[in-house]
Amino acid sequence: MDIILGIRVSDATLIATSKAATRSISILKDDDDKTRELNKHNLIAFTGESGDTTQFAEYVQANIQLYSMRENDIELSPKATASFIRNQLATSIRSRKPYQVNCLIGGYDTKTGKPSLNWIDYLGTQVELPYGAHGYAAFYTTSLLDKHYREKMSIDDGLKLMDMCIDELNKRMPIDFKGVYIKVVDKDGIRLIK
Amino acid sequence: MSRRYDSRTTIFSPEGRLYQVEYAQEAISMAGTAIGILSTEGVVLACEKKVTSKLLDDDGSAEKLYIINDQMLCAVAGMTADASILVNNARVAAQRYLKTYNEQIPCEMLINKVCDIKQGYTQHGGLRPFGVSFLYAGYDDRYQFQLFTSNPSGNYSGWKATSIGANNSAAQTLLKKDYKDEISLKEACELAIKVLSKTMDASNINSEKLEFATLSLSSKEEGKIIQKIWNDKEIDLLIKTTGVLNDKSTGDE
Repeated sequence: MDIILGIRVSDATLIATSKAATRSISILKDDDDKTRELNKHNLIAFTGESGDTTQFAEYVQANIQLYSMRENDIELSPKATASFIRNQLATSIRSRKPYQVNCLIGGYDTKTGKPSLNWIDYLGTQVELPYGAHGYAAFYTTSLLDKHYREKMSIDDGLKLMDMCIDELNKRMPIDFKGVYIKVVDKDGIRLIK
Repeated sequence: MSRRYDSRTTIFSPEGRLYQVEYAQEAISMAGTAIGILSTEGVVLACEKKVTSKLLDDDGSAEKLYIINDQMLCAVAGMTADASILVNNARVAAQRYLKTYNEQIPCEMLINKVCDIKQGYTQHGGLRPFGVSFLYAGYDDRYQFQLFTSNPSGNYSGWKATSIGANNSAAQTLLKKDYKDEISLKEACELAIKVLSKTMDASNINSEKLEFATLSLSSKEEGKIIQKIWNDKEIDLLIKTTGVLNDKSTGDE
C-alpha cells in the first residue's frame, strides 16, 4: 500500500514517497523514507516486500558508489544506472529467492542536461516515462496525470500536479499513508522539498 | 647464475627484475612495427605485416588489426596467438558492460581490464606472460578520441602518437619530430606511411606489407563511429599520394 510517484518536468524530476511504514494491520512508523541517493544526480524510490526493499536499494547504492570510486569520481548516467538496476532485478527473478522490489529512478543527466524518470518492476521491466507510479497510487493518479501533465512544466507546476495527486490519494485511498516526502533531482543534485 | 631467476615469471632477480617479463618485451621488439597517431578527427593505426607469401591465402581479414567493439580497434605486436586470447577477452568484457549498463564501455576501463589479466601472469606463477603489446584506438564520450598502448607487464599509457614492435624507438623519434597538435586525419595517415616507410627493413613499401585502419566520426550520423580497415587498393593509393616511393627513387639517383 506504499505510495511512490514520479513526475519528470522540463529541468528536474520529482519523486514523492509515502511516510508510513506498515506491517500487517499496524503502522510502525510515520517518517519512513523510501528513497536512497545512488549518487549526486540519481535517486531511487522503492516499494515491495519490506526487508527486500532496503536490502536491494542499499546494495545498488553501494555498487553505484563503488563505480564512481573506481572511475575517478565519474558518475554513472541515469540511463546506465537504470539499466544496471534492471539487470540486477532480471538476474534476481531467475534465482531461487528473487527480490520483490519495484522502483522508480529519478535522475538528471549532467552530460546531456536532461532529467529522466525510469520505472522498473521486480520482473525487470524498465521504461523511461514522463510520469509514473507503482502499486495502488498508480490506479488513483494515472488518469489525473494523463489529464494535467504538459510538456515543458516548471518545477512549481510539477509540485502543484504532485499535490493534486496526493489530495486525490488522501481522498480515495482507504488507509492513511501519513503524507509524503517530495524530493527534487535537478542540475544541483537532490533536495528534499517537504 | 641468472638462470636461477629466469625460469619462473614470478621470481625477482637480485637486481629486482622479472626476467620472463623482460624477455616477453624483448620478443615484441622484434615483431612487425605498429604505429598509432591521434588526430583531431580520429585515430590511425598502421602496421607492418611480417609474413607475406604469394601462396598465403588471403581470407580478407586483417592479420594484426582487430575490432573490439563499436568504438574501439586495436593493433597487435608480438605473438598473434596470445593476442587472440586477450582480444576475445576484451570483446566479452565490452559486451558484458554493454549488457549491464546499456552504454558502451569507456576505453580506459576496458584497457584496464585487459591489463589486469596481463599483470596476473607476472605475479601468479607457473605460466608464461602474454607475449603481446597492443595499440588501442578508441572513442568514448568522456574523452573523445584516444590512443593507448599496453605491454606484457600489464602497464598501459595514453599517447598522441606512439609505436610498438621492431624499430619502435626510431619510429618514436620520427613521430616526435613530425607530430603537431591539431593534425588532421589525412595528415596523420600520411605521417604514418612516412614513418613506416623509414622504419621498415623492406626497400619498397606496398599494400602487401601493410595493414591500415582508421577510427573517425561519421559526417552523416551524429555520434556514430566509423571503423575502417583499409583494403589493398586504398593503401596503395595512399602510398602513391604520400609520395614516399618517389622520394626514395630520387634519393637513389
